[in-house]
This record gives sequence, structure tokens and C-alpha cells, in this order.
Amino acid sequence: MAEIPVLKIGDCLLVSIQVDMHDRLAMQLQDELTNRIVADRARGVMIDISALEIVDSFIGRMLNNIAAMSRVLDAVTVVVGMRPAVAITLVELGLSLTGVRTALNVDKGLALIREAIDDPGGAFGRRKR
Amino acid sequence: MIPQLLEEEEPVLLARWLEAQKKAGALRSGQVSEAELFEDSRRFLAALRDGAATGQLADITAQVWDQTRTVLEELSRSRAALGLTPSETATFVFSLKEPLFDLVQQKVGRDPDRLADQIWNATLLLDKLGLYTAEVFQKSREAIIARQQRELLELSTPVVRLWEGILALPLIGTLDSERTQTVMESLLEEIVNSGAEIAIIDITGVPTVDTLVAQHLIKTVAAARLMGADCIISGIRPQIAQTIVHLGLELGVISKATMADAFALALRRLGKTVVHRASTRPEC
Repeated sequence: MAEIPVLKIGDCLLVSIQVDMHDRLAMQLQDELTNRIVADRARGVMIDISALEIVDSFIGRMLNNIAAMSRVLDAVTVVVGMRPAVAITLVELGLSLTGVRTALNVDKGLALIREAIDDPGGAFGRRKR
Repeated sequence: MIPQLLEEEEPVLLARWLEAQKKAGALRSGQVSEAELFEDSRRFLAALRDGAATGQLADITAQVWDQTRTVLEELSRSRAALGLTPSETATFVFSLKEPLFDLVQQKVGRDPDRLADQIWNATLLLDKLGLYTAEVFQKSREAIIARQQRELLELSTPVVRLWEGILALPLIGTLDSERTQTVMESLLEEIVNSGAEIAIIDITGVPTVDTLVAQHLIKTVAAARLMGADCIISGIRPQIAQTIVHLGLELGVISKATMADAFALALRRLGKTVVHRASTRPEC
């Protein structure tokens, strides 16, 4: 079974989802991420889904869950690189991922995480809906 | 009989037919010139003659009628583009009946059975061709309408780059589901291309905001957010503000009364300021 690598950049963790997600892989990713946040004392988690052409309600919920889990562990989660077609599909499905912060690409995602870590009151509060 | 007639009497038939068309008012609208009419008529008669020469008068979908159909298609299309009515276009073919029947009568003479037979054949053929013309006319009109609709859709959904990182989306006209789809697609596409972080959706040109339109706006905002761009809705007129409150709608997004306010907020968000210079007059 394919494994999703979790890369560490400074105090951020970068996950790039390249393969089709299924239940076990998602559970494994959640497990791995939570462990790594604690072990590496990460402050931010970036999930890159630019390779995903299809995001269904299951993956949507998984993204929400990961965001909620890392929030409990005091890390900021940003989902980056969503394709326009995926965004439209998610909205049509009624999943607007309100609990997750988003950015256009990895660059902007990193900037967002930096902003949130440096200024938890301002940027965090402002971006959060 | 009819093939033979078309072969032998072509010049006479053409002259009489043109006469009949003019009498029926083919030139009255002024959109078709006499030379064009002559050329169209000549080509059609020639094609008709070639088609009829094979003797397959019953089936105009046969290959031998290809040339005739092509002539009619071109004619219908050009007349549809000129804005002529379907009956004006179909009359082109139907007006051939009178001169043709006259000629048939002259040839056959006083034999009612044979005359009826020949005229019936000719009518069948010309009716089919006439209907075909009307059909093609209809199709080309539909094609024109579809193209215009597409153009209208694109025209009314421009995405403007106001500043580095700021997009503006001035919406004009009612937001239905189809337009929302186009708006969303072009907005998201532009967000990817420009890397914008803020999109201002201006609804000054939207005549009414009901629950459905609000729903569409919310969807667009949510989709833009998923792409990492924040939205500001601007151009909310007083009546629309009242409607929104009376309907109990919650847009869940920052809204400003004017595009200027929204732009100022967007600049502030990006950490940019507009300053007033002490002297605005250029130094000479």
C-alpha cells in the first residue's frame, strides 16, 4: 500500500497527496500527522492537494478532521493548491470546508502559516470563519 | 417529363421564375440584390436539373441531390444571417411552382390524367425542397441564437485585475445557475492565473437579490475561499440591503456599499496604503 510522505520544513509539516485516498490511507495519514506534530513540535501543517482531480465528501471530511486535530495540538492547518474544478464540485456538494484555511499555492500557504504563528490573535482570528 | 423539361426549357424557366419571384416580393426587403437573386436562382435550377436528370424524384436525401441541397443550405444560411423571415426564404423554392406548372401544361396539352400526374410529381419534389430550406433556415437561426447567448454570457462576466493580488468581478444582470457556473469558473481560473488573494464581487448591476441569487453568491464566495482567495461583496444598493434583511439572508461575507470602499479595504488587507501627496501639480 502506498504511503503518503510527511516532510518537515522548519516548524511546518508538508503533506502532498498524490494518490487516490481511501479509508485506510486516510486513517493512516491522520495517525501519522498527529504523531509527527507532537514529535516534531510542529506549529503548522500544509496539505497540498494540487494533484487531486477528484475530491469527494470523504476526503473533504478528512481534511476537516485533520484541521480540527491539529488545532487541538496547537498547529495551524492550511490546504493548498485546490483546482478550480475541485473547488466548484465541493461547493456544489455543500462542503465549503469552513473549518479549514486555504491558500492558492505552497508559497502563499507558508506565508499564511507564518502569519498565523507570529500573530495568533490577528491573522488567525481574521482568517478564521 | 420533368427532367426533360428542366433540361430543354431552362432559360425560359429561369426567366419566368425570376419574374414570379419579383412579383412575390423577393426584392422588396432590399436585402437581396437582383444579381444575387439571379445567381441563386441559376445555381438552384442547374442543380435541380442535374438532380432530376437521374430520375430519382422521390427521395431528396439521395446522393444525387447533394448539390441541390448544398445550394439550398447556403441560401438559407445567408438569408437567415440577413434576418429574412422563414416564409420569404421558403418562397424562393415554392415560387418555382407557377412557371414550372405552366410549362408542364404547355407540354402535356389536353390530357388531364397525365397533367395531374406530372404536376403531382413536381409538387412533391418542390415541397420537399422547400421544407428542407425552411428546416435549414430554422437550424441556422438557432445556431445564431446559441452563439449570441454564449457571447452574451462571456460578455457579462469579465474578471478584472484591479491591482496586484486584487480581482474585481462586476456582475451585470440576473444571476441564474448557468451564469453562476460561468462566473465561478472564470473567477477561479483568474485566481489561479493571477495568484490574487482578494476578489471583489460587485453587484451594482444585479437588479434583484432573492434567496436564489444570494445562494449563488454564497457558493461563489465559498469556491473562491477554497482556492485561498477572500471575497468582498460591494455595490449593495439600499433597496437590496433592505431585501436581504427582510428575507433573513446571511451572506456570511464582508460587504461594502461601494466598489471604492471595497477596494480600499482590499488594499489595507494587502498592507498597501494610498497617500495624498502635498502637491499634485507636476513640476515644470
